[in-house]
Amino acid sequence: MNKVIYSILGPLAAIIIALFIGAIIISLIGKDPVEVYGVLFYGTLGNSYGIGQVLFKATPLIFTGLSVAFAFKAGLFNIGAEGQMIIGGFAAAWTGFTFVTLPWIILIPLTIIAAFVGGALWGFIAGYLKAKYGSHEVINTIMLNFIAAALASYLVNEIYGIPATIHTPEVSGSSFLLRFDAITGLFPGSPFNTSFLAAILCTIIFYFIINRTPFGYQIRTLGLNKNAAEYARMKIKKLVVLSMLISGGIAGIGSINFIFGYKHYYELGFSEGAGYIGIAVALIARNNPFAIIITAFFFGILEYGGLTINTMVPKELVTILQALLIILVITFVRIIDVLKIKFLKSA
Amino acid sequence: MKRTIILSLILLSALFISCSKKSVQTTESGKLKVGLVFDVGGRGDKSFNDAAYRGLEKAKNELGVDFEYIEPGPGADREAALRQFATRPDIKLIFGIGFIFTDEITKMAQEFPNKDFACVDYTYDQTKTIPPNLLALEFKEDEGCFLVGAIAGLTTKTQAVGFVGGMESPLIKKFEKSYEAGVKYVNPECKVFISYAGVTGDAFKNPGKGKELALGQYSQGADIIFHASGVTGLGVFEAARETKKLAIGVDSDQYNEAPGFILTSMIKSVDVAVFDCIRQEKDGKFNGGKAETFGLNSKGVDYIYNDKNNNLISEGTRKRAEEIRELIIAGKIATFLK
Repeated sequence: MNKVIYSILGPLAAIIIALFIGAIIISLIGKDPVEVYGVLFYGTLGNSYGIGQVLFKATPLIFTGLSVAFAFKAGLFNIGAEGQMIIGGFAAAWTGFTFVTLPWIILIPLTIIAAFVGGALWGFIAGYLKAKYGSHEVINTIMLNFIAAALASYLVNEIYGIPATIHTPEVSGSSFLLRFDAITGLFPGSPFNTSFLAAILCTIIFYFIINRTPFGYQIRTLGLNKNAAEYARMKIKKLVVLSMLISGGIAGIGSINFIFGYKHYYELGFSEGAGYIGIAVALIARNNPFAIIITAFFFGILEYGGLTINTMVPKELVTILQALLIILVITFVRIIDVLKIKFLKSA
Repeated sequence: MKRTIILSLILLSALFISCSKKSVQTTESGKLKVGLVFDVGGRGDKSFNDAAYRGLEKAKNELGVDFEYIEPGPGADREAALRQFATRPDIKLIFGIGFIFTDEITKMAQEFPNKDFACVDYTYDQTKTIPPNLLALEFKEDEGCFLVGAIAGLTTKTQAVGFVGGMESPLIKKFEKSYEAGVKYVNPECKVFISYAGVTGDAFKNPGKGKELALGQYSQGADIIFHASGVTGLGVFEAARETKKLAIGVDSDQYNEAPGFILTSMIKSVDVAVFDCIRQEKDGKFNGGKAETFGLNSKGVDYIYNDKNNNLISEGTRKRAEEIRELIIAGKIATFLK
């Protein structure tokens, strides 16, 4: 029981303080914080369209959160989910608008594989450089993000794009991922789609690989103690390359939500920074795959909530609120951890 | 940890629940209300988006309408923002500012046939029809850019001018090509340096990068730089002021951003277009389903020449520019470089 109380205390204190600071800022710019928070809540969780929007925003965050968490498990810091998602997304979209004659039963798996392979390739580069030359994956993945954005821009603007737009041709109709409002009538108008199911499936596979396979055991060992892993004759270099590759692949699949579930084409800037938010998601969820789903949902509320109150307060305020929450949640979880250890020691 | 977050969410909900429902607006004064969704750059770019905002303010002061606006991020937010306005009972007319809204606003116009929509810089696709409740507002930027290119080509002393673009995209390419065409038309020997601030929407709001690019071009010998880069252009002006060289503004008259160093500005009367559209709506004369084009002939695009900057543009240059204006309107000059 104590354990539960301790684990909710941190995030709860952080949320209350962040909302309080946010309320002060809102008052300072002459608005009523109660009204602004009311609209935020009603807009995101108070109606089915809002919930659909939140889930739609959360879907890619589950993938990028899992991606970052997978690398974390191996002791690697993957800042490159953004770039991996961009490359994976382009590869998937290319598959979707190139093989237009294939039936859905072949094309959908093919596009998902393409998304994985594209992201995996981008993750592999950083993993290989780390394993072979010891160059730091943080710097390499950040740099690869820039290269990915520029490469995608070149491909769209110069080769595949439709003139006077920033997107590619539409992918084949048989590669569309259905929207829940079309299937069930729930969440009308929101682009929440079946890629969410893929995210759940991916979470389960993640859990299974990490916790129930010899490979996952090796990854965890590497992450906890590199020397121990080496002493146990594990092939460190191979593990580093593989975990970056898989991490990149997961991020790559994150692109299908927007491309096949919503717009049906590749659009520049579609990733909306989901790769970076994925880092915060993984950190707050402490790399627990199931906690990632819930954390991603929470970030989905922030992401979409910002838009719902945008007519009342400037968008910069929303960014400030989000940043405050991230900082405070991470800090408070740590503070409570320290308190807990002290308490247990004294008890 | 899972439990942690579930519980904290529940508590968060409890915190909100007291104040949820009552915030649904109920303004039934019968006043026309307009919703406007900005482009990625958002308000404060002193250029394209701010021009749209001026149109709104003018409509508020002169026509007595109310307005609200949203500044969304890239990606999926555009549709959500438009929908947010479309589902509001008190909002009748909704604007999307920027070519990037083309697909979303078409879709929303079809889904909400009893609301009116207008889109600035709508990309008109010949194969598709525009919904009857959507008015596309198009500008012939190429004409304006050609003209300021000609002015730059006539004014340069170093036989080199520059162009700084925001996000490398088809629209900004259009600015670049027609500017270059204008320079070469009057001065075939003149060099034109071209740089872009980036490949994502953020490239429109990066003054640091703009300054860096502009300083680079000035040091290579350019003495005039035209920018089409939103907020990024403020960095170009900064560079112009520091090196005491000239810059050309875009979309709005940007003279006041660096007085004495702004040769002219290529203006796009987004404010006029927005204002006219609101007036039509108010008079019940809103007429969608078509594209309305603003070019040099209707002063929808133009360059600035007034008593602030007429000491920077020589008499001869002014005359030549006016001749070129007539030629463009008469369709005797191709405003694009092949």
